[in-house]
Amino acid sequence: MSQRITIDPITRLEGHGKIEIFLNEAGEVERAFLQVPELRGFEQFAVGRPVEEMPRITPRICGVCPTAHHMASTKCVDAVFHVEPTPTARKIRELIYNAFMMEDHTLHFFFLGGPDFVVGPQAPAAERNILGVIGKVGLEIGGQVIKIRREVRDIINYLGGKVIHPVCGLPGGVSKGLDEEHRLQFLEVARNAVEFARFALKIFDDVVLKNKEYVDLVLSDAYKLTTYYMGLVDANNRVNFYDGWIRVVDPEGKEFAKFKPADYLDHIAEHVEPWTYIKFPYLKKLGWRGFIEGKETSIYRVAPLARLNASDGMATPLAQQEYERMYEVLGGKPAHNTLAFHWARLIEALQAAEAMVALLEDKEITSPDIRRIPTDTPTEGVGVVEAPRGTLIHHYKTDERGLVTEANLIVATMNNSAAITMSIEKAARAFIKGGKISEGLLNLAEMAFRPYDPCHACGTHALPGDMPLIINIYDYRGELIEILKRD
Amino acid sequence: MSKPKVAFYWCASCGGCEEAVVDLAEKILKVVEAVDVVFWPVALDFKKKDVEAMPDASIAVSFINGSVRLSEQEEMVHLLRRKSQLVVAFGSCAHLGGIPGLANFWNKEAIFRRAYFTTPSTVNPDKVVPQEKIVVEGKELTLPAFYDTVRALDQVIDVDYYLPGCAPPPQLVWNAVVAILEGKLPPKGSVLSPNKSLCDDCDRNKTKPEKLSIKEFKRPWEIMLDPEKCFLAQGVICMGPATRTGCEERCISANMPCRGCFGPTDQVYDQGAKFLSALASLIEAKDEKEIEKIVETIVDPAGTFYRFSLPKSILGRRKMEAIK
Repeated sequence: MSQRITIDPITRLEGHGKIEIFLNEAGEVERAFLQVPELRGFEQFAVGRPVEEMPRITPRICGVCPTAHHMASTKCVDAVFHVEPTPTARKIRELIYNAFMMEDHTLHFFFLGGPDFVVGPQAPAAERNILGVIGKVGLEIGGQVIKIRREVRDIINYLGGKVIHPVCGLPGGVSKGLDEEHRLQFLEVARNAVEFARFALKIFDDVVLKNKEYVDLVLSDAYKLTTYYMGLVDANNRVNFYDGWIRVVDPEGKEFAKFKPADYLDHIAEHVEPWTYIKFPYLKKLGWRGFIEGKETSIYRVAPLARLNASDGMATPLAQQEYERMYEVLGGKPAHNTLAFHWARLIEALQAAEAMVALLEDKEITSPDIRRIPTDTPTEGVGVVEAPRGTLIHHYKTDERGLVTEANLIVATMNNSAAITMSIEKAARAFIKGGKISEGLLNLAEMAFRPYDPCHACGTHALPGDMPLIINIYDYRGELIEILKRD
Repeated sequence: MSKPKVAFYWCASCGGCEEAVVDLAEKILKVVEAVDVVFWPVALDFKKKDVEAMPDASIAVSFINGSVRLSEQEEMVHLLRRKSQLVVAFGSCAHLGGIPGLANFWNKEAIFRRAYFTTPSTVNPDKVVPQEKIVVEGKELTLPAFYDTVRALDQVIDVDYYLPGCAPPPQLVWNAVVAILEGKLPPKGSVLSPNKSLCDDCDRNKTKPEKLSIKEFKRPWEIMLDPEKCFLAQGVICMGPATRTGCEERCISANMPCRGCFGPTDQVYDQGAKFLSALASLIEAKDEKEIEKIVETIVDPAGTFYRFSLPKSILGRRKMEAIK
């Protein structure tokens, strides 16, 4: 009897997401599809808008990571006007950006990814959420999580106007500077953030790494996917979230390409499938080869583990120590273990916090020299940042008045869309045997996409319960024969 | 007494409204104590069955964010309306159409053409386009229908209250929650934010001269923005005069002008038209030619004055025949 399994909704991936799993007559997984049933058309309705308004329009692509869009867009507008931000403006932007990476990453750990480990993959669903985490680590720490999130987000609120959809980016700089009083106040927050990130890594250590069962899960084949990796690096090939070169390594870890963001079209192409609204980016020079992994694949992955794989190390000392330790445990670079994205995320949070401290210790950040007024005629530009969920590319062309004539966007999670589909298929193959669907499938399937941090960390997984997840099983006539539900 | 049941749903939105709820921070624990959240953030087909199984009007209040763009969203909001005593349009998109409403300058065909054919990174020699129903290797897959036009929530269902903002500030969300829990709600149809213009609350208002006389409009990147002075007095378009207050002047605190996410006050239907009339009185010109010249310095009037409210404006959408 052939079966169809629908997991709907899985959670937010550039909007909504739905998984369809098809079993053959023997009850083995034949094919899995991740469908994204949503499209909004930003690339079209950007046309005609003044290009300097794009940093205020494009954050609405994603309210979970609006700061990433705001920053990629602002950098793109710099490029369109051929203007560089002043040194102080750049520092302010990097401060905002690292604050954003730090709060987004740590909160993911406590609210979304962490519960699987901290509370346990086999724990009752009702406990596998932030409340369960608090139960395990104590209310005091739970309070710290909420507090640090608020304090770090307040930095973005102060400089960006709004933490949900910041507005401060202008070509050549930022609209608001930082005074000495706030520098000192934020420096203290940043120092606490470093301690907090280290503490989160310690929890990961105690809970995951000291538990053989978890380590085996992390290293298991079900959660392994062999692909290329992409990430921004600085001049020394160290991880950078705000700027640099896009570097790609092959499945064996060798450098495959390193290019300036403006040359992305030579390296990245997007494939269209008729069954989903999302497109599938791949390495252009290799051509689209389908949903396959291994040496022959043309699919690359982005986001925390991919960035670490694509770099030679972290840019800050404490994070570098953790980086070395991680690869020691995982057995070298590159690591293809999807669950290790959670670990890499915490190492990145530590780098972001360390970077915040360094930026705030530098008094130049309080200089009033925060804008450079563009004088060139606007033309075309590309702006790239590393969003928490991966490489994010904005590309605009304008007329001589700076009105957008063309826009192209390659959005973070989208880069991973093929890999997420394949990860789910692989986990499903490992856990569905002979048509028997284990009760644990629900969470085990969920755990195959959660490492990619499909956006809605807090809203869905945190309060008041858990992300709803439903698997409906149909027989070959399309009749509902069983409902597995966890909510 | 059982706790009131509350639902959250998102349509064509970015998730920022959900973040706004999480930004209640410590207060969120109080919300969870006081209400029974039966549906959050949303589910599609199958969770829909659970909602269908609930008695009509059994949900005390549904907070719905996002504009309506897909068949699925339309079906879901009708269902929630039937099951809910109150429906609150949460955030600019549900209230006015929001930024996704800018898509009403185009249609489905243009959006698909751009996304799947003409973007420079897209390689699509076979001209593949996502289909509402498609058979892949013998397996049938479906997608919701994508409409030509984006609509605000009250263009699809009856709405009781509006919580404005992109995203609504946590304090405003909190006030609304308290008002609902205590049953101290204003008349149906109210926007849950003070009924006065942003200028009335803006600190910079005192720097606005009695009579403004603008001879040329400046774009924010063209000048060094004075952090104290009224933007309009600097010749920079600021939607303050046509926009409702309650946002805590967040953009202005970052030294950037208002773009109107709170929509108009009660007395005004069309925010863009209101701004145009405000603008007319600010322009200093001797003759029509000069007026024309000054107005030309506003480079994207429709996309600026209707940044958040195109679907709810008297324009609604662009007539596509006019483009062809």
